[in-house]
Amino acid sequence: MAVIRTLLYLLVYPGLLFLFVYSTFCEWFDRKVYARLQNRMGPTHTGKWGLLQPVADFIKLMSKEDIVPDLADKRLFNALPVFGLAIVSAAAMLLPVWNFDLAVPGPTSFAGDIIVVLYMLSLPTLIFFLAGWASTSFFSTIGATRVLTMLFGYEVPLFLSVLSPALLAGSWRLAEIAHFYQQKPLLILPNLLGFVVALIAVQAKLERTPFDIPHAETEVVGGTFTEYSGKKLAFFRLMTDIEMVVSAGLLAAVFLAGFPGGALLGFANFVVKTLFIIFLLSLMRALTSRIRVDQVVSFAWKYLAPLAVLQLLIVILIKGFLS
Amino acid sequence: MKVQIPIGPQHPALKEPISLRMTVDGEVITDADLRLGYNHRGVEKLAEEKTFIQNIYLTERICGICSHSHATTFVQGTERLMEIEAPKRGQYIRYLVSELERIHSHLLWLGVAGHEAGFDSFFMYTWRDREIVMDLLEMISGNRVHYAINTVGGVRRDLDDTQITKILEGMVTLRKRSEYYLMIGANEPTFTARLANVGYLSKEDAIALCAVGPTSRASDVTRDVRKDDPYGVYAEVPFEVCTSDLCDVLGRTVVRIKELLQSYNMIEFLLKNLPPGPVNVRAPRRAKPGEVVSLYEAPRGENIHYIKSNGTDKPERLKVRAPTLANYAATIKMLKKGFIADIPLIFAAIDPCICCAERTVELVDTRSGEERIVRFSDLRRAAEVRYKNVTRKGNAVWPL
Repeated sequence: MAVIRTLLYLLVYPGLLFLFVYSTFCEWFDRKVYARLQNRMGPTHTGKWGLLQPVADFIKLMSKEDIVPDLADKRLFNALPVFGLAIVSAAAMLLPVWNFDLAVPGPTSFAGDIIVVLYMLSLPTLIFFLAGWASTSFFSTIGATRVLTMLFGYEVPLFLSVLSPALLAGSWRLAEIAHFYQQKPLLILPNLLGFVVALIAVQAKLERTPFDIPHAETEVVGGTFTEYSGKKLAFFRLMTDIEMVVSAGLLAAVFLAGFPGGALLGFANFVVKTLFIIFLLSLMRALTSRIRVDQVVSFAWKYLAPLAVLQLLIVILIKGFLS
Repeated sequence: MKVQIPIGPQHPALKEPISLRMTVDGEVITDADLRLGYNHRGVEKLAEEKTFIQNIYLTERICGICSHSHATTFVQGTERLMEIEAPKRGQYIRYLVSELERIHSHLLWLGVAGHEAGFDSFFMYTWRDREIVMDLLEMISGNRVHYAINTVGGVRRDLDDTQITKILEGMVTLRKRSEYYLMIGANEPTFTARLANVGYLSKEDAIALCAVGPTSRASDVTRDVRKDDPYGVYAEVPFEVCTSDLCDVLGRTVVRIKELLQSYNMIEFLLKNLPPGPVNVRAPRRAKPGEVVSLYEAPRGENIHYIKSNGTDKPERLKVRAPTLANYAATIKMLKKGFIADIPLIFAAIDPCICCAERTVELVDTRSGEERIVRFSDLRRAAEVRYKNVTRKGNAVWPL
């Protein structure tokens, strides 16, 4: 019985199947918001309101010819998409929405899981870098170096800003952090600055405008993904979608008091809060233009990092004031 | 590490085939090389085989964006050769279409610039508004792209009152939106951060490298054929030459938006002062022997047609110098010391029209493995060297 439960947990809900459905829905939502902000319709034809369009795109890519360049490191080139998908899906398991007991830490919710989620969200960046590097084409190589260059910019502000609410809550466990803010909702307000910094950093991590530099099509064609096609590209796209869901879930858990209310209400909370964050990300995507990679790094260190440190300072002061 | 990255002949940033070879050191461009010849269609040779009337429609097909520019340049020259002049009303309608075309071309460019800068919302908005002017052009001429309104001796269609009101209504909407774009173009922080100081071209360089059109005007060179050498109705129409002293892509954006606002004024002036009378005069089939150079300020800059006539109904020679060709030298200058991220922006900022510019043949020698552009004069010299010492076989006598 336990085996079947674990299997269901991993494969159906909240495992791969649910993640697939929800992340494609989030992609649809993102595309629709983005399109409406640009005075377009967005997806309309496949399914009701075009809801099935991301699924159709996925299926179409899966059926396309899969090409591996001769010069590429073939084993790495083939393994990376699956590896990346596995990592972000595993990170999704750790979100405090499904299976946790506040009193008893389990394998999906334990002290320090916030660090593990952050770590697992850093790995996709390295996977993008390796993917670009292993393809050995000019455009991929430039895309890969841009991925790493950007990483140096946004990673530190992201960590600082996500960890400061945890500091205030006095816990490294996502479920407990969320619980702390559910008890004291007013304390969400001092974290707003960190929330903004984290939103911008997540946008950079997801490589969306204004930070879509590694795969800026007008400059470096497909960038990191230039040589990828067919199933592997489909996996990478699904991976980016799931990464978006996980990042939105992480931000919601840390900054927006998590997902209270048990299985059903908690799930509704999860959907509403992640969609809200994805809406903000789409807004940012529609309203900005792409900046240069050197501008990303200088922006991150001139503005984001000091703001994140300021947030940390605020948290420390409040913590001293409260105790 | 120095890497040579190819941009084109096939690349998402390019709408037409051209090849840019960039030598990059990290993200910085150290050298740039431009290769043409992927889009040569032999239009000039074809023009020698067709009559003047047929050539209007041929020259119109040189370009899909500035179709009216090429046709008008050709028609202006032909009318001078035939020593006829279009009636006032015909001229007003002809240059009204010119200005409408400038609007649609500049709106298109704004969208492309937004897309190249990764600002797709701007692209979607400007292209939505471009539909207004495209619909107006369709209403006037019956076509969205190749209007075919020109004929030798005037235009083919007249305007009626409902059309005039509709055009004026369209201009009101467009003016409001363009002012909004001017605000976005000058104020949206990520957009200006992306455009400012990109592709710097100093005033001296713009003059020395013979840049034309908005590219030169953005470097503070007051160069506009409509003002410098007024043709058609431009001596009567009040307008300003828009310049900017920013010398970069942001300046080119600002100049183009300002020109949009000027064009709206000019269209309103043309429509309100539209003289009565016929729209065309009957033109002879043959042109008198002679040669003529016709100048025209296309949306992209100065367009030159050289037409030589030998007294028949066909031109003996037609030479087209499109504005894009004049701006290539300046582009290479702008690209050097830039970033990879700036390539599409800088290149798009001259509003390149490859199919306009590809009028000459250049050969690329790939035999030795090292590609090399061979000039026609070099080819001839090589042939002379090679055949100088070859003994002549037979005694071919050329009858004179």
